[in-house]
Amino acid sequence: MEVENRKIINEQVSRIRSEMKEDVAVEGLPIMLSKDLSLHYGDFHAVKGATIPVYPQTVTAVIGPSGCGKSSYLRCFNRMNDYIKNVKIDGTIYLHDQDIYDASVDPVSLRRKIGMVFQKPNPFPKSIYQNIAWAPTINGMSDRMDERVEKALTKAALWDEVKDKLHQSGLSLSGGQQQRLCIARTIAMEPEVILMDEPCSALDPISTGRIEDLIFELKKKYSIMIVTHNMQQAARISDFTVFMYQGDVIEYGPTDRIFTRPEKKQTEDYVRGKFG
Amino acid sequence: MTKEPASHAYAKNLAFRRKKARVFKYMCFAASMFGLVFLFCLFYNIFSNGLSYVSWDFITHFPSRFPHKAGIQSAIWGSIWLMGLTAIFSIPVGVGASVYLEEFAPKNTFIKIIEINISNLAGVPSVVYGLLGLAIFVRWIGLGRSIVSGALTMSLLILPIIIIASREAIKTVPDSLRYAALALGATKWQMVRGHVLPSAMPGIMTGIILSISRAIGETAPLLVIGALGFVPFNPKGPMDSFTVLPIQIFNWASRPQIEFHKLAATGIIVLLVVLLMMNSIAIFLRYKFQSRK
Ligand SMILES: Nc1ncnc2c1ncn2[C@@H]1O[C@H](COP(=O)(O)OP(=O)(O)OP(=O)(O)O)[C@@H](O)[C@H]1O
Ligand SMILES: [Mg+2]
Repeated sequence: MEVENRKIINEQVSRIRSEMKEDVAVEGLPIMLSKDLSLHYGDFHAVKGATIPVYPQTVTAVIGPSGCGKSSYLRCFNRMNDYIKNVKIDGTIYLHDQDIYDASVDPVSLRRKIGMVFQKPNPFPKSIYQNIAWAPTINGMSDRMDERVEKALTKAALWDEVKDKLHQSGLSLSGGQQQRLCIARTIAMEPEVILMDEPCSALDPISTGRIEDLIFELKKKYSIMIVTHNMQQAARISDFTVFMYQGDVIEYGPTDRIFTRPEKKQTEDYVRGKFG
Repeated sequence: MTKEPASHAYAKNLAFRRKKARVFKYMCFAASMFGLVFLFCLFYNIFSNGLSYVSWDFITHFPSRFPHKAGIQSAIWGSIWLMGLTAIFSIPVGVGASVYLEEFAPKNTFIKIIEINISNLAGVPSVVYGLLGLAIFVRWIGLGRSIVSGALTMSLLILPIIIIASREAIKTVPDSLRYAALALGATKWQMVRGHVLPSAMPGIMTGIILSISRAIGETAPLLVIGALGFVPFNPKGPMDSFTVLPIQIFNWASRPQIEFHKLAATGIIVLLVVLLMMNSIAIFLRYKFQSRK
């Protein structure tokens, strides 16, 4: 089973690489690979067969006009679409060489490995400490919790700002701090991949800058897939870029190439700001 | 030139609209006063009749044939027993059902039928629940005319209210909170236990308290299942026979002697104080809930 999956992944990766023509800076296999992934909401075809690798310790940005299916696609990677009615998913996604839509995979334990940060900061209405500690506790990782909380907050560049008020409500923080708290909460689970759906769209430029710096730090350890509306942001922080349009993946490639020498007309129009 | 008459018509129209608004305002004011005036008359009536009997003795004495010796202790304890057991029976079932319906139930026809029926049950006259309780708990299961029978009947009566209120409270919990928990690798139960229920708790508590205070004032179903009007002892266990405040009041009010009518009014004062206390707790919880949001 796994051997078979690995064969499929290898095939897809070499195909994608040969299509990209030029050399890709990363070696080895992707940590995740979506293969011909399609998503229907009832009769509406929201994602139309996307094949994309996500490489370890890189940032992959998903860009495209509003309503093109970016969020829907991202939610497929940690199976959050399981909770939406009338969703049908075809094709599949691999994590290493495991098919995450296989019947043997428990989506609950999958989400432990693939964290998600949402568009609007959504801290729990509990203390800052509790926000971080809750998920490790319910997943049976409650040993040395203080240390874990401090580590997560430090990695999320929030420790210095909150270390004296760990027992205040998470909701008392500013929007940008709340979003970093949500990132810290995700990091505390020590995931392999972090999915981010427009994590900065509700934030001011300074908070956005801090989160971008943070993403830059985080990619040393994690693989990150980020949806963004902000082209400059994608150009600044990502290594690979996916351009989607009306449910189709129009182009995938290294970010600098997508932004400087896109192959498709639609990509060029979008990154030059002609529509969107 | 053409502007003049148009604005004139507008001004005339505006004056008329203003007048209409004013009339409507006074009508609404009168409507709200209507209820208030009657409530005030009722209060006046009750307090002028009942105040003279309010005393510690009234609360600590058992009912008696002699008005000046009569008290309401056994009814107070009966009400406490009944409410306690009703809460024990109805809260877990009611909250459990609402959690299931809101968080777990598939959206199919069967569930829709259940939901519609719960709303309908909330409108069933209480005496019907009394008949149901008499048939099932008193006779069929054989619990007799005991506190348990009364509490089970009352639980049926208030369950729909608890379920509806709890569901509303659970609905106000934003989905973003649910997704946050699920995305961290929580199971649905952990999500409900850790975040949905705590956030919905003030709303659920409000619903529970309001429905229990409704049950405190209910008389009809208990009369049907056979609570007694004259109980000169406190209940010692759930299988004892019992009386409750409204039945004691009803009993006194239906006697010919004027003194007993005054006792009934005094009993109503005690009942009102209990109800007011419970309603204030409910309002306090709702206020706390709203100010936190
Ligand atoms: N739960 C749902 N049920 C039905 N249709 C949906 C649902 N969620 C999204 N859609 C539709 O799927 C399409 C893609 O939505 P999606 O949210 O993935 O877009 P997006 O690219 O993230 O847009 P944005 O940039 O505005 O966030 C849209 O046309 C949307 O109307
Ligand atoms: Mg989106």
